[in-house]
Amino acid sequence: MDTLPTVWFCAVAVLWVGYLFLEGFDLGVGMHMKLFARGEGERRVLLNTIGPVWDGNEVWLLTAGGATFAAFPRWYASLFSALYLPLTLALVALIFRAVSIEYRGKVHSDRWRAAWDWALSLGSAVAAFCVGAMLALTTTGLPLDANGDRVGGPFAWLTWYAVLGGVAVVAFSLVHGLAFIALKTDGGIRARAHRAFVRWLPLAILPLVAWVIAVQLCTGAWWSWLLAVVAAVAALTAWMLARRGSEGRAFIGLALTLAAGAAAIFSAVYPVVLPSTLDPANSLTVTSASSSDYTLGLMTVVALIGLPLVLAYQTWTYWVFRRRLSVDSIPTAHSVVPATLVRLVTGKQA
Amino acid sequence: MDALEIARWQFGITTVYHFMMVPLTIGLGLVVAVLQTVWYRTGKDEFLRMTKFWGKLFLINFIMGVATGIVQEFQFGMAWSEYSRFVGDVFGAPLAMEALLAFFVESTFLGLWIFGWKQLRRGLHLAALWCAVIGSAVSAYFIIVANSWMQHPVGVKMVNGHPVMTDAWAVFTNNTALVAVPHTLMGALGVAGAFLLGISWYHLWQRRHDGIDTVEAVPGTGRRRRERVVVGEAPGVPGRDRTDHAVWLKSLRIGAVVAMISFAGTAVTGDLQGKLMFEQQPMKMAAAEAACHDGTGFSVLSVGNLGSRDCSDVAAVIEVPGLLSFLAKGDFTTEVKGVNTLIPEYEKAYGTNLPDNPLYGDRAGEAIQYVPVMEVTYWGFRAMIGFGALAALAALAALIATRKGTVPQARWLMRLAVVGILAPFGANAAGWIFTEMGRQPFVVAPNPSMAGSVDQVFMFTAAAVSPGVSAGEILTSLIVLTLLYAALMVVEVRLLWTYTRGGVAAAMPELAHAAPAEPPADDDSGPSGGAAKPADDVLAFAY
Repeated sequence: MDTLPTVWFCAVAVLWVGYLFLEGFDLGVGMHMKLFARGEGERRVLLNTIGPVWDGNEVWLLTAGGATFAAFPRWYASLFSALYLPLTLALVALIFRAVSIEYRGKVHSDRWRAAWDWALSLGSAVAAFCVGAMLALTTTGLPLDANGDRVGGPFAWLTWYAVLGGVAVVAFSLVHGLAFIALKTDGGIRARAHRAFVRWLPLAILPLVAWVIAVQLCTGAWWSWLLAVVAAVAALTAWMLARRGSEGRAFIGLALTLAAGAAAIFSAVYPVVLPSTLDPANSLTVTSASSSDYTLGLMTVVALIGLPLVLAYQTWTYWVFRRRLSVDSIPTAHSVVPATLVRLVTGKQA
Repeated sequence: MDALEIARWQFGITTVYHFMMVPLTIGLGLVVAVLQTVWYRTGKDEFLRMTKFWGKLFLINFIMGVATGIVQEFQFGMAWSEYSRFVGDVFGAPLAMEALLAFFVESTFLGLWIFGWKQLRRGLHLAALWCAVIGSAVSAYFIIVANSWMQHPVGVKMVNGHPVMTDAWAVFTNNTALVAVPHTLMGALGVAGAFLLGISWYHLWQRRHDGIDTVEAVPGTGRRRRERVVVGEAPGVPGRDRTDHAVWLKSLRIGAVVAMISFAGTAVTGDLQGKLMFEQQPMKMAAAEAACHDGTGFSVLSVGNLGSRDCSDVAAVIEVPGLLSFLAKGDFTTEVKGVNTLIPEYEKAYGTNLPDNPLYGDRAGEAIQYVPVMEVTYWGFRAMIGFGALAALAALAALIATRKGTVPQARWLMRLAVVGILAPFGANAAGWIFTEMGRQPFVVAPNPSMAGSVDQVFMFTAAAVSPGVSAGEILTSLIVLTLLYAALMVVEVRLLWTYTRGGVAAAMPELAHAAPAEPPADDDSGPSGGAAKPADDVLAFAY
């Protein structure tokens, strides 16, 4: 067994799970701009719950991508080029999402805000779907030739596995977003988010359960089944805790569900990182896809220094913005008065 | 067009577009951090206003840099998978480190800065901005390390046909990168300087146009008529008070000084880059000059058919003797090799035809074109220097014009100052296009000190594109992303302009609340300000 490639396989998995967990509620909150929020006041509350943190959360995606590139260049190259179209779609969605969060409140117009609400909601949904589809295919494989290139055309990736993975991440993000809203808000919106979370959690977790079980049936080992059971127990516990009103603990339970579920999925095919559905000989493994030990060693040192720092200051950020928001805590929106209006007011002539 | 050409267009468009946002983010971020530091130290109101106003424009731009940055990272794997496989062992590391060590810092602390105005102690809040600004500079460093390795590979040896990193220190202290980083950061400052200058000029002009500021003659002695600026106030208009004048005048003069420092810095670092280019990429140097034959003269203007790859039809009209040698080597006599001398040297070292390898697709066996597109390199080089020099001269002129405390009243001058914001953007874009196009036909340019040995590390661009991806897929993404970029550019410029015209009050609603009367509302705006929340809001820069 190759130690460093295995360590980095775990590190990449941790980065992806970190992304799904942290950006998961961002994406959920984004979708709830259309699905859950009632009126402008609530939409602005939702936006401000993720306002200080969403950008930092999105960097987890960049780091996961960058770490995959650095540690497993052949995995990165085969996966990203094979999924050319869905990743293009994900990029467009992520661009729309980022821009809509920042630009939505910058013009004092209902039409402007409504347009960006759609961009944020759809962008979040599409991004979640594409990332889920990509991760599903990472486990179940793609039609790769001996060089690691996709054969079978631009849509060769479109399988029911991909759709299931996409739906699973979308559905998980939706309830994860509700749990986050319940944690971060106060007043009527908090109560509604809590009720919605309790009601929808069992249904929304189903695709994720189906995904985990499907992967286990195909390639599972006893320990990945064990992880799947842990995930199921955590989900059930989260639901019970939420029913009893412990929002914080339910949120942690959900985190454990995701972590154990993802671990079950990622570990099911190890040491293969990207199976080829054409010929097992073409599959990429932790050994065949990885960088040299020198590079991995360098990256390990950097990660050991960098990752604890990132976790520390990101945790601190959540602590700084720990106060709950309600409709009353949002400042009044104001329009921007252009300089040319000044003359109308002063009545002075140039 | 085949997949390779479409992928190259896509990379170029994405990179240039991304690099419209990035220099403004880096440069303006630094300026805002300094302004807030001055406010922290002095407590003067105008510096708070400057921080808030320029900070708002900074954020409007920042987000576009974030949004387009993700595309940058993903497209290596998506469109250039063969490149990623070849260089992954050495190229991926700086990208991953950028995300882990720089981009996390930048985005997390910027979130703290945006929302932390009331949440954090003043010193801590200022420190958050500095962390974000330093993060963006470190981020630039890592990206340029990656790019410089493509320009000048170091710290590797070939194992099974792939470069494998053997010396991380060499990669991260690549002399190409150590010179390119300050050059890029200085270029970013130039963008920020022109941005401050143009927008402040507009506001000072508008204040005079509105009759808020006036100029009166001072009954004086001597031949020269002397004038004095009388700073006024527009009662009832938020933000148009006496402090407002100081905001714009100081911003303008800071912008002008920053632009001039930037030009001096880019000139010095650019000169160092030229000398490295002479050693490392002689063909790029020759193509920048459209120089066919060996020589010492720098062509200010050459005419003829730059498209001819052996530059047989090119003639220099104006030439400065010795200057090219100075740029290349620091003296006036060194012969700089021209295209016609270099082509046989390159052919001898790297072959005359592309290898008969399936990775090259239809291009396998094709003759290699070692001369980059000279229209692009020749004019790109001149556009970079020209736009930079223009911006520096304009900044000097602006300093002289504003020494009395306001700007001249001519409308065309104001328009020129606003349009002039584009000059450093043009210089930056031209510089990148020059340096990337000048490296062709290589995606990883060979390092001459390794040439001739068996372990030469280089890669032809023709072999870098994803073999499994169809031209149609890349074309789809090219069209979609380009249209999206174009639309978002319109949105961004519109927003920047709206907030520019809104002045300081647009970024500081509290100014509007303090004003005794409200201005008439816009068509599409409701009543504002009246039902304002108290000052101890949970959120400061709320969405």
